[in-house]
Amino acid sequence: MNPLLKISHLDVVAGDKTLCRNLSIEVLPGQRWGILGPNGVGKTTLLHTLAGLSTPGSGTVLLDGCAVTDLPRRQVAQRVGVLFQEQSDPFPATVMEAALIGRHPHLGRWQWESGRDIQLVREQLALLGLESFSGRQVSTLSGGERQRLAIATLLAQQAELLLLDEPINHLDVNHQINVLELLTGTSCQGRTAVMMVLHDINLAARYCDHLLLLFSGGEAVHGRAEEILDQEVLGRLYQHPMMILDGPHGPVYLPA
Amino acid sequence: MFLSALGTSLRPLVWLLLLTLFVFLTFGFALNTGSIEIGWENLWQILAGNGEGIEQQLVMELRLPRALSAFATGGLLALAGALLQVLLRNPLADPYVLGVSGGAAVAALLAMLAGITGWWFSASAFVGALFTVLLVFGLAHGRGSWSDTRLLLVGVIVASGWGALITFILATAPEQDLRGMLFWLMGDLSNAGKPLPALLVLAAGVMFVVPVARSLNVMARGELQAAALGVEVGRLRLAIYVSASLFTATAVTLAGSVGFIGLVVPHLLRLLLGNDHRLLLPAAVLLGGGLLVLADTLARTIIAPQQLPVGVLTALLGVPVFLYLLQRSR
Repeated sequence: MNPLLKISHLDVVAGDKTLCRNLSIEVLPGQRWGILGPNGVGKTTLLHTLAGLSTPGSGTVLLDGCAVTDLPRRQVAQRVGVLFQEQSDPFPATVMEAALIGRHPHLGRWQWESGRDIQLVREQLALLGLESFSGRQVSTLSGGERQRLAIATLLAQQAELLLLDEPINHLDVNHQINVLELLTGTSCQGRTAVMMVLHDINLAARYCDHLLLLFSGGEAVHGRAEEILDQEVLGRLYQHPMMILDGPHGPVYLPA
Repeated sequence: MFLSALGTSLRPLVWLLLLTLFVFLTFGFALNTGSIEIGWENLWQILAGNGEGIEQQLVMELRLPRALSAFATGGLLALAGALLQVLLRNPLADPYVLGVSGGAAVAALLAMLAGITGWWFSASAFVGALFTVLLVFGLAHGRGSWSDTRLLLVGVIVASGWGALITFILATAPEQDLRGMLFWLMGDLSNAGKPLPALLVLAAGVMFVVPVARSLNVMARGELQAAALGVEVGRLRLAIYVSASLFTATAVTLAGSVGFIGLVVPHLLRLLLGNDHRLLLPAAVLLGGGLLVLADTLARTIIAPQQLPVGVLTALLGVPVFLYLLQRSR
């Protein structure tokens, strides 16, 4: 299978600072990557670099064989969707209008959203429990509801690669599980690949088949989740000793 | 499903038709009203080319050019305001926020002091505006990155610098020039007899911005988000900045700095129609243009034979309407 995203010898930089060195990964369709690491280590900047929104210090990110920074943005957006940590909306909009934005890369210059686009967006809103919200103003939503709206918008984009920065931020447990099931469910169908920054080690272990651990020194460890996760590496990652318990979905990691 | 698709595509058309009707009514009012009342039937004959005498001259050589100037000015200002609000992602932005009108004003006032009139007067105002556009852009650009906050800050600072210069010129100018200067600063259409260049800029502007309107909707949600959804943000941002500045410069050159239209018309429409720029931008042109035609007609007739600067009327008409809508939208 051809890799969807091929990362070779990538240095991620923010300003003058190199955050992550010499990273080489191939992301295949259907894979679910979790990105773990302490605050400020460059998880967000890495996601932006992979989406072509920041330029790498060195190395390349290839989307189906083309450097992602060289491709027209529209072409990238038809294949790669990004969920940002924060959404801003200085101008009022309804939930439906906000979510329809996800269809932008698929519409021609003079095209308006069709009934099919609206139907598609309605389905995504329903998947996130927002079906009765479509006429509501975005400004009246709670933090968790906004987060779910952002995810519905992203799903409406129907990208093959989803890059998500803390997708379960602000969400209650039931919605956390629902969102992760949705995201990994789409990737289970074999076409979509997901890379998400997570803070919850146990949810990452449960929902991701691959993990990328970013250490403060710029070192990166990656591989199949069950092969690289252990007490020692997590302790080193977060600079805090960890312990393991046996749980229903496999080992549970807790701060000691 | 069919109905919902029809619903979304028909609503904008209905609004644009209503606004077009409003524009025609304001033109009728403007051409009819003044020292000599023409009458609708007579007016129709004149416009059809069958008029004669003083009435024909009055309509075709004075009132129509002036009304067209007012329409172009209002349309350009409302369009520029709507664009700058997206560019700066600040609903409080207006066409003058980045100092374009200040630059034009300083140049225009200096030209008045030097006794320059006619074409050269317009040219100097336009050069003053363009100089500001380049100055603000150059300073905001700095070393590579220009954020919208930086652009706004530089613009506001440059604008207040021009403000100080304007006050200085007013304080030192000879008495007999002051009235003309004040009228120009408030916005005044009594000398705006050549609407063609502004109308051409307006037409070209509409043709340029309407196709990128959906990208503007995405831009309004933030530049990173827009880039992630396929908008070439850098290019679009530059294009908006240049075109909004050009629209403002053209309007200011024609009529001085008419206040209020550029801030409130886009805003009013945001309250009425929502924030879809595919509808908002053409609607802003129609409402801004029509409103200024209306205000200018009132400005020249309310206390005739004396004329008021039209800027006074736009504010007096617009403030209560806007406050009412704001109150209702809660």
